[in-house]
Amino acid sequence: MRIGLFIPCYIDAFFPEVGIATLKLLERLGHEVVYPRDQTCCGQPMANAGFNAECADTEALFVRNFSGFDYVVAPSGSCVHHVRDNFDAIEQTPEVKEVRARTYELVEFLHDILKVDAFPWARFPHRVGLHNSCGTLRQLKHARPSELHEPFYSKPMDLLSKVEGIEFVTPARPDECCGFGGTFSVFEEAVSAKMGYDKVSDHARAGAEYIVSADMSCLMHQQGCAERIGVPIKFIHIAQILNGASA
Amino acid sequence: MSTHPEQSNDDGSKLHPEPVAHDDDAMLRDGRRLDHAEAASKPLRSRPEEQPRGAKIRGNRPVDQVEAAARFIAAPEHEKMHDERLWDLRQKRDQEMHGIPEWEELRTLASAIKEHTLTHLDEYLEQFEANARSNGIHVHWARDAAEHNRIVHGILSDHGAKSLIKSKSMLTEECGFRPYMASVGIEVIETDLGERIQQLDNENPSHVVVPAVHKLRTDVAEVFARTLGTDPGNSDVHYLAEAQREANRPLILAADAGMTGANFVVAETGSFVVCTNEGNADLSANVPKLHIASIGIEKLIPRLGDLAVFIRLLSRSALGSPITQYTSHFRGPRAGGELHVVLVDNGRSERLGMAEFWTSLKCIRCGACMNTCPVYRRSGGLSYGATYSGPIGLIIDPTFNARKYSNLPFASTLNGSCSNVCPVKINIHEQIYAWRRELVNQHEVPLAKKIAMKAAGALLSRPAAYRAAIAAAHVALAHLPRFVIYNRLNAWGKHREVPHPPKQTFHSWYKANRGGNHE
Repeated sequence: MRIGLFIPCYIDAFFPEVGIATLKLLERLGHEVVYPRDQTCCGQPMANAGFNAECADTEALFVRNFSGFDYVVAPSGSCVHHVRDNFDAIEQTPEVKEVRARTYELVEFLHDILKVDAFPWARFPHRVGLHNSCGTLRQLKHARPSELHEPFYSKPMDLLSKVEGIEFVTPARPDECCGFGGTFSVFEEAVSAKMGYDKVSDHARAGAEYIVSADMSCLMHQQGCAERIGVPIKFIHIAQILNGASA
Repeated sequence: MSTHPEQSNDDGSKLHPEPVAHDDDAMLRDGRRLDHAEAASKPLRSRPEEQPRGAKIRGNRPVDQVEAAARFIAAPEHEKMHDERLWDLRQKRDQEMHGIPEWEELRTLASAIKEHTLTHLDEYLEQFEANARSNGIHVHWARDAAEHNRIVHGILSDHGAKSLIKSKSMLTEECGFRPYMASVGIEVIETDLGERIQQLDNENPSHVVVPAVHKLRTDVAEVFARTLGTDPGNSDVHYLAEAQREANRPLILAADAGMTGANFVVAETGSFVVCTNEGNADLSANVPKLHIASIGIEKLIPRLGDLAVFIRLLSRSALGSPITQYTSHFRGPRAGGELHVVLVDNGRSERLGMAEFWTSLKCIRCGACMNTCPVYRRSGGLSYGATYSGPIGLIIDPTFNARKYSNLPFASTLNGSCSNVCPVKINIHEQIYAWRRELVNQHEVPLAKKIAMKAAGALLSRPAAYRAAIAAAHVALAHLPRFVIYNRLNAWGKHREVPHPPKQTFHSWYKANRGGNHE
């Protein structure tokens, strides 16, 4: 299996360790992973702001970079949501449709495609609060959202439960949005920051040492909020835990 | 899994500023009020936190929701109460949902009934009109707000009516009905407690179900002291509720005419249904001899049998209660009375023709999307500066005025919780996203945003330029002094720390460590 690794712009720039963990984890599971050098972004920042035409060149570049792989995998739910559900600024050729359909977020790829049943190298003896980003929760359907009358399931929880020593805590509002929201975080910064303060405080009250998520963008925002109001909580991407990070 | 240590304290009702359902418990057998601690305690500080006011309206200029929301957050007692009170409603809604095994089927059914009705609206409207007329109801048609107001004024004039009691109606808010009535010299008295508070304070409702939910009881005390002459230092909820009742009941008894809205209109029976918790619509409809009902044309359902689906969903979604206290059916005039129905379009037909937005007409105005919206809960409904606030407002308001409400679809993180709680399955967050595209296409977004997005699109589609920009940003973040990063121009850094730039990007790590293996 040949996997194209998509490292979204903010992970590349600010959280290289998340990209490295994703790469090493997929290799550890026995797959050939290729990182196309000319990748930048999926176009989501412009699209979410309503500027669809401004995404066209970026989307075209994405398709040039990721055409021909068995799968494209990214450690970021909102980017994958964009590629899969909203990536329509360019003509929908068979090639474009193919790339869109083969693009997966890391958790669903591990859970649904690779069906990984053990991470024997992983041990994380800490209390963690799981943050499901809204894009993974309600768009990619990583887990049952609290609004719906459906049986409970949680793909990230399934995976993390296979990690030795991990202990989960449950915040009072487990799937309330943290307020990142892409460009929302700067265009509506007061509400965004307040939501972030409330989110990290909720996890801290529940006793979390770490907030773990499949979306580093939410965590980047939450970390900024926690540092500003002095909430002593740490942040880690799910790829890092599954790849065996100890802290 | 450990349980949340503070869950036992997480009781939003403690912050409830309005009379709650447990009021009866407070009455002792001998008729004296139980002087319990919550109602009687007064804050130690001398002045209560002032109520943050809503968005500043400047004619047709785009409403600045961001500015108003920031002021709401800057009033922490109001923001905390508002957030917790509405989250409490959301939790109660969840509890009710879990008591109904077929909940998701009900939502699907309600959505299908509404979509069917809306796609056959002309037929059902005519069926309703014919049946209502044969029941003795006078049926009027209003193309827009102005025609609605003129028709109602005409009916009132025909009867020489000078005062009108009415129950809460978002449609009349849409029509600017109260200001119009004031201009023609007819006194309007709201009978819903929350709406009456808002009327006395000369403020719009901030929520479609709980119109004064943004007010603390100290705010209500201030309004009543100013308008009803109550003791400004007394914010006891019983005292305030009784003072309002004492002042309002004589006006209700003396009114010349009554007005209600309608929650549902049944085509097959020519009847309509009004749901309230205070019974105030029944006062409006039954005390005076003349009853006028103003109804949006999207309120139709085909059969009486369809009603049960919506009644089961409405109050559970809205307040987390199984049903409203009153579900009143009106089929014809009372003996010696007159019943008029005004069917109002006011932009609805046009909305029905919008491919991406017509399903917003399925809305039954339960407010569940507002209660669950994390942005709404922290901004207050008045920050939207429009008749409809919260998620449903973001997709309805621009249909009335795309320029004035052009900022609203951006007041969302697109988290999608609104769509999941919607009892008629409106894809609210997808319509918010679609409105952003639509507003950009109509050139209703600020130029600065446009320039920034064009620049982003250009940079992100050119790998070499992009790499250079990342490197420069890293150098900047690593070396700039703090006061340069955390200034007023940096929206990220105003209330948050910026990310710590790592020693190298993933890109450069990969190049250094996996140089040979690339495409």
